[in-house]
Amino acid sequence: MAHPTVAVLERHLTLYKRLWRASLFSSFVLPVLFLASIGLGVGGYVGEVGGVPYVEWIVPGVLASTAFQMAVGECTYAVFGEFRWNRGAHAMFATRVSVWDMIGGWLLYIVFRVEIAVVVFLLVVGAFGVLSSPWVVLTPLVAALLALAVAAPVTAFSATIDHDSYFALLFRFVMLPSTLFAGVFFPVEQLPALVRPVAYVSPLWHGVELARAATSGAAPPWPVWAHAGCLVAFAAGGLWWAGYAFRKRLQD
Amino acid sequence: MSGEQPLVRARGLVKRFGDFVAVDGIDIDVAPGEAFGFLGPNGAGKSSTMRMISCVSMPSAGELRIFGLDPVREGPRIRGRLGVCPQLDNLDPDLTVRENLTTYARYFGLSRAQARARAEELLEFAQLSDRALSRVEPLSGGMKRRLTIARAMVNEPDLVLLDEPTTGLDPQARHLLWERLFRLKQRGVTLVLTTHYMDEAEQLCDRLVVMDGGRIVAEGSPRSLIEAHSSPEVVEVRFGGRELADFVAPLAGIGDRVDVLPDRILVYAKDGDAAVSEVHRRGLVPSSVLVRRSSLEDVFLHLTGRTLVE
Repeated sequence: MAHPTVAVLERHLTLYKRLWRASLFSSFVLPVLFLASIGLGVGGYVGEVGGVPYVEWIVPGVLASTAFQMAVGECTYAVFGEFRWNRGAHAMFATRVSVWDMIGGWLLYIVFRVEIAVVVFLLVVGAFGVLSSPWVVLTPLVAALLALAVAAPVTAFSATIDHDSYFALLFRFVMLPSTLFAGVFFPVEQLPALVRPVAYVSPLWHGVELARAATSGAAPPWPVWAHAGCLVAFAAGGLWWAGYAFRKRLQD
Repeated sequence: MSGEQPLVRARGLVKRFGDFVAVDGIDIDVAPGEAFGFLGPNGAGKSSTMRMISCVSMPSAGELRIFGLDPVREGPRIRGRLGVCPQLDNLDPDLTVRENLTTYARYFGLSRAQARARAEELLEFAQLSDRALSRVEPLSGGMKRRLTIARAMVNEPDLVLLDEPTTGLDPQARHLLWERLFRLKQRGVTLVLTTHYMDEAEQLCDRLVVMDGGRIVAEGSPRSLIEAHSSPEVVEVRFGGRELADFVAPLAGIGDRVDVLPDRILVYAKDGDAAVSEVHRRGLVPSSVLVRRSSLEDVFLHLTGRTLVE
């Protein structure tokens, strides 16, 4: 008998079967646009960062940020709607499926989506010859960890809020600063010391540094276990919050 | 299942939301194979009770057992044996009609092959076979409701919960739905339903409780409730646009009891025709007179002292 978590994952995959073409296309086009415009355009002025050509330097950052944005984007309206619009969460909860099955199945689906995007991305940039280290095989693992660290708390947030206008706050005050100050486009050391903690509390920064370590083979600024530990902490905290939020919505 | 153990057993069941008491100490037993109804106006506590039985709402006090199990600790296990048709349709709008059934079947642990076979059977049952590949959105209200009920049957539940199954449907769709529910009943499926339609309760329920203000105010079969709380016949008397309160005194003593509604006066009597003769004998000239059999609606009026608001 299939585990209920698997049944939940299957529901999301059934839907994905309808949109995988469009989704695959955008996961191919977006990074190419980024690399072409910023990597080659800005890179022409910047030259080298940390001893490697700029375009090579930002590849892991753009990869991590693609995973990050996907995890945030997929876990907002889709989750909110399951509670508020079509009450799909309530329908699921009327079965053998538990709150943890729902969260587990959903996060597995998000990781699956992110992995597809990451693999496509690696194939595309690999063709440009900018991946130099054999450690690059670990980037999908980094992306999965980053996806969980982001998707779990965002899913919890989406299950908690009463109105979808709160997403504007999430995009403006969490997602945008995270993307700008997380070492994607320039090293965090460039920031004034006062602002640097913004990067340290962003799961994206930890993901970017781990991804960069994997694609370049160079050691990240913090020990690997510290970066990974931060991501695990985000994922664990997010899971706890999601469990609480789902239960609060579905049960009284 | 052990023979005569009630599927649902509640003793002194209470549900509070802050200071508000939605369900105020009710006792219920639902036997296997029974069609059991909760009848009452909006806010009577029917839906709160149903939510507790479906293990999505935790009792504030009292005892509740479903299949002999405790819903607080064994929620998923109980839900795995329930079929729930909620008041608001929560079908999956992104999936097709068939996928709604197969996906739901998987939640209950059916294999893919079982899920497909079950979906075909239920499409047939819900008369939706020709819409199997359609999305949910273009379906009519009645079709969606039939699909929701079919979905609730996907795990061959021991107990089916229907919260206002026909609210908002046109008469034709309601009758089709009743007919489908009646078939379930004939197959021995235990039904628990809430309704504020008297005719629905009379059509479907073997036994029902009337709820008002969170309490059970009467219990029995539709027929026994009518016998206990109403007279065999009711005369509906209208006096055009005139002030009805003025006619209460002149009508006094006719039948067992008189109720004044906004547009008519109800006279409860053993013999309706005799009551009508008496009205005329007293020289009253109603604009219209109707003698009918007493219904659950009269029971309801008598017990709760107000007209049912839909």
